[in-house]
Amino acid sequence: MKLFYHLKLDAILLPVIAILICIGGWALVAGHSKITKSVDDFGDTVTKTERFGLSKNLPSPAETWIASQPYIVEPFAKRGELDQGILRFAWLSLKLVAQGYAIALLFGTPIGFFLGLSKNFTRAFDPIIQILRPVSPLAWLPLGMVLFSGLKVMDAAGRTTFGTSDAAALFTIAICAMWPTVLNTAVGVRAVPQDYLNVAKVLKLSKAKTLFKILIPSALPYMFTGFRLSLGIAWLVIVAVEMLIGKPGVGGFLWQQYNANSYAHIILSILTIGIIGYILDRFMSLIEGRFRSA
Amino acid sequence: MTTRAPVLELFKLTKSYPSAKGAAVIVKDFTLNFAAGEFITLIGHSGCGKSTVLSMVAGLTEITGGGMILAGRETNEAGPDRGVVFQSPCLLPWMTAFENVMLGVNQVYFTASKEERRELAEYYLTVVGLGGAMHKFPGDLSQGMRQRVGIARAFALQPKMLLLDEPFGMLDALTKMELQEVLLELWRRNKLTTLMVTHDVDEAIFLSDRVVMMTDGPEAEVGDILEIPFERPRHRATVLADPRYMQCHNHLLTFLNERSHIRPSRIQTTPPAGTAQRSEIDIHGISELAG
Repeated sequence: MKLFYHLKLDAILLPVIAILICIGGWALVAGHSKITKSVDDFGDTVTKTERFGLSKNLPSPAETWIASQPYIVEPFAKRGELDQGILRFAWLSLKLVAQGYAIALLFGTPIGFFLGLSKNFTRAFDPIIQILRPVSPLAWLPLGMVLFSGLKVMDAAGRTTFGTSDAAALFTIAICAMWPTVLNTAVGVRAVPQDYLNVAKVLKLSKAKTLFKILIPSALPYMFTGFRLSLGIAWLVIVAVEMLIGKPGVGGFLWQQYNANSYAHIILSILTIGIIGYILDRFMSLIEGRFRSA
Repeated sequence: MTTRAPVLELFKLTKSYPSAKGAAVIVKDFTLNFAAGEFITLIGHSGCGKSTVLSMVAGLTEITGGGMILAGRETNEAGPDRGVVFQSPCLLPWMTAFENVMLGVNQVYFTASKEERRELAEYYLTVVGLGGAMHKFPGDLSQGMRQRVGIARAFALQPKMLLLDEPFGMLDALTKMELQEVLLELWRRNKLTTLMVTHDVDEAIFLSDRVVMMTDGPEAEVGDILEIPFERPRHRATVLADPRYMQCHNHLLTFLNERSHIRPSRIQTTPPAGTAQRSEIDIHGISELAG
């Protein structure tokens, strides 16, 4: 037992046990196929596949693994627009998220600063923010489509490189992901200790110098908390957006495979989304921790 | 002490905050003149408004009544012509000690060359004894070392006045004594007019030319002023051995214990200074008034 803890086996073993239990539960609930072969009246062999189980259409873990293999073994393959390796899909989704997220930070951070610095600005805009904040991405997307209807950027060959649905997607990601950045930045700016502001006052630092030497460094840990939460939301929104506009990506793939009755790929997509979301969060936490300790 | 024109004149300085029950007056009609190079200490009970006075002089708290003339010019806002050392050193934790000092130096000596500014910051950091640690971050410095940076930062601005807000209040007794010497040495070299706020009676006597005792708030004002007779440069042992030391000590303690609630502006006759003795109480034991 001592050795067990000494090697930190519990940190590996316990999650593994939990994962196994979940897979076991999944296997219990999932259906399984039964293939019956019979000879019909004309003498031909007929194979009939029937599914049984608690939830008979839910693929079992083994079925999921077999169906997902081509997507996992060749993660960057491109067999068609909506038939690509899972990491290639993930990469497409991440690219879109990165763009939308960048827009969210670009707008969210200054808005947060204004909220943190001015009581009147807060009084004026807080109700609007509180009303817009809980609106679902599913509601924003149609508005984005209307807002950017008719937008078309074409390349030399006449293909649309950036159209209404792309703009609407970015709009939706940005507006949904912005709020944690806005609110946390505002909190961070309000939490700048009066002592630091006194230093600025005594030294008669200019507005710009106060911003860059005092306000931003002091609010940075809070801002990064906001950035991390915003990234989480951006990743959450991307799936919904891709499902609605049918863009190739993890979310688009998921919806298309549902429509194609390949249910195993839904589970593959969900796991991919979860794992990438987790990696993104860990990555942002690392950066956040670095700023917190500095 | 000196007959030169005062560097700082405080005339009926008043601070009040609006409140539900009319204006809450913290400090009322605080009048005091500072001769050039004079070291004045404000002493009083906690919460009496002595820090408010210093904050007004620093320009960090708005003056609601009366006025302040610094070097012949009326002032009511903060500026680098008054170097402030705060109780907590207020160093920016994302900058090294050197960068913290440079922040002010760059601001005040923007015409000097980069090299000159660097030398200035390094000089003051070395004088306060941080020659070897100037590129450390505040988080890696002890409380006392941080306060040394705070002192270096204030002096490096070469201000007209030095304002010290309980600068040694958070330090242990030994570090406190060490830093008092550092401060006195720098003060002697720069001949800066200084206002310090403290509640440590011994510190006030050892450092000051005059100790100004404040009455209890609200509506705090100057209650009594004690001239400290020791010549400079002072040595702690000599000062402590001087029989006049206990007289000063007792005078201050008597004021704080018995007379701080009496406002001289309300009564016509001021009590005779320096006569009250309280032999029944062991005064050595309560040299620092906490609380």
